[in-house]
Amino acid sequence: MNLNFLEFEQPIAELEAKIEELRLVGDDNEINIQDEISRLEAKSRTLTESIFSNLKPWQVAQIARHPQRPYMLDYVARIFDEFQQLHGDRAFKDDHAIVGGVARLEGRSVMVIGHQKGRDTADKIYRNFGMPRPEGYRKALRLMRLAERFKLPILTFIDTPGAYPGVDAEERGQSEAIARNLLEMAGLKTPIVCTIMGEGGSGGALAIGVGDRVMMLQFSTYSVISPEGCASILWKSADKAPLAADAMGITSDRLKELGLIDTIVAEPVGGAHRDMDAIARSLKQELIKALDRLEGLPTDKMLESRYQRLMSYGQFGI
Amino acid sequence: MSWFEKLIPSRIRIEGGNKRGVPEGLWAKCPGCSAILYRAEMERNLDVCPKCGYHNRVSARRRLEIFLDQDTGEEIAADLVPTDPLKFKDSKKYKDRISQAQKSSGEKEALVAMRGQLQGMDLVALAFEFNFMGGSMGSVVGEKFVRGVNVCLEHCIPLVCFSASGGARMQESLFSLMQMAKTSAALGRMAERGIPYISVMTDPTMGGVSASFAMLGDVNVAEPNALIGFAGPRVIEQTVREKLPEGFQRSEFLLEHGAIDMIVDRRDMRDRFASLIGTLTHKHRI
Repeated sequence: MNLNFLEFEQPIAELEAKIEELRLVGDDNEINIQDEISRLEAKSRTLTESIFSNLKPWQVAQIARHPQRPYMLDYVARIFDEFQQLHGDRAFKDDHAIVGGVARLEGRSVMVIGHQKGRDTADKIYRNFGMPRPEGYRKALRLMRLAERFKLPILTFIDTPGAYPGVDAEERGQSEAIARNLLEMAGLKTPIVCTIMGEGGSGGALAIGVGDRVMMLQFSTYSVISPEGCASILWKSADKAPLAADAMGITSDRLKELGLIDTIVAEPVGGAHRDMDAIARSLKQELIKALDRLEGLPTDKMLESRYQRLMSYGQFGI
Repeated sequence: MSWFEKLIPSRIRIEGGNKRGVPEGLWAKCPGCSAILYRAEMERNLDVCPKCGYHNRVSARRRLEIFLDQDTGEEIAADLVPTDPLKFKDSKKYKDRISQAQKSSGEKEALVAMRGQLQGMDLVALAFEFNFMGGSMGSVVGEKFVRGVNVCLEHCIPLVCFSASGGARMQESLFSLMQMAKTSAALGRMAERGIPYISVMTDPTMGGVSASFAMLGDVNVAEPNALIGFAGPRVIEQTVREKLPEGFQRSEFLLEHGAIDMIVDRRDMRDRFASLIGTLTHKHRI
């Protein structure tokens, strides 16, 4: 089993393995098997397209968490120039699960803030698996206020299983740190564009997710609780996560339908990790488009429509 | 079972034989000190144990009744009811859970909002009904909260919110999550206008409720020994794989760590809050 492929991608993995084999044979054999390779490659493409055009929410959740999925700093390197990381909350610590700093987007000054996950084991621990503590959210807020002061639009990038559920995080006020960001972001006098890149895990995601435009990468997820968490509470078994994922509506297309996000950024066939440069290019275009639109608005109009949008969330009857 | 009881043939044994026939509901056992208390006396004491000070949970309506001046409460947005935007179904349909909660709690939703008076001062008071799906926050709770805030903004009167909630309501998924942003944004308008908001955290105040309006009071108050936090104790225990310290996430712990301003006994709340609001708004009480 090829670990770069998820379980439901195994048919693709088998085809790819066959192609690889044929290539090796082709190198030291006179018979021209190029035709056969091309045929299989085409078949693999069609298969990938058909699998990916019909994904179940739980499969999307697995892509959103794919170990090869591009993370915050992968995008920063490909989208922005002159990125200078700014550290620390000025009160307690620098949280490595959230990174932020000033940068240029096609010459335009911006503030970028996002969750950062780690790639290998040591890095994962260093980044606390992308789960911020209060100091992470407070660093984010400090940088957002800095952005407001210097009239930099804020671009946030969300990819977290959730805010860290630990003793120290509770001691330092995890709840308050998240709540404060929600209140402040609603009133910051600068444009805010939020993008969910991978996992949009509950309050830990929303704490940097209040803005004028909310975008999602095609195979990212956004939910009030993880499918496993929901399943273990409502179905009394974490194994029922696929059912919970279905029921909660965590995918970009479903959330767009419900009017909870604005834009879906299409991913390369097979997911963002199959072509990081391509997804970064698409995301960059969408960010520029969103900023162009927002920067044409007077600040008070922008704030009012941000507020009205927040107030419109929810469905109820009389 | 003692050796003697074991000798008695099972058909004459009486299960739970040492329980005396006490009429249901006349007496109550305090969960704090196990004292047997006369229920009418407990009620006079605002459901606080007169022996040990244990604060029992109270319903939303009872909370508002004991907090506001008598007969001053007028309900806000009483007619809002939940819908099921996702057609959510686990082992039970969300729709059925709603009707069951409505039946057992007697409320349409998990939040009750009222405009009323506290020692003659106009204000809006909100209270969670924990018996309605664990006081969880969905669209209706968020909307009622905001409508309460809007009454405060319109009349320039303070807000007091009594939270008792397990957090966001899973059955409304992202709609629930967004209520955190919605309610917090509304409080931003209160802060801009300089209208006081007192947040009272009662047992329990967790998850999405604690991580939004409950922690955003101009003054954050807790009832004694209430469980207050972001992540539930069991989730934390599973994450850190160690036993949690005694008193973790209780009101006294939060006071010690600087998360709340004060712990106030339920029986003192009217006086303390009237004084606080009066002082913050430069009003002299008669």
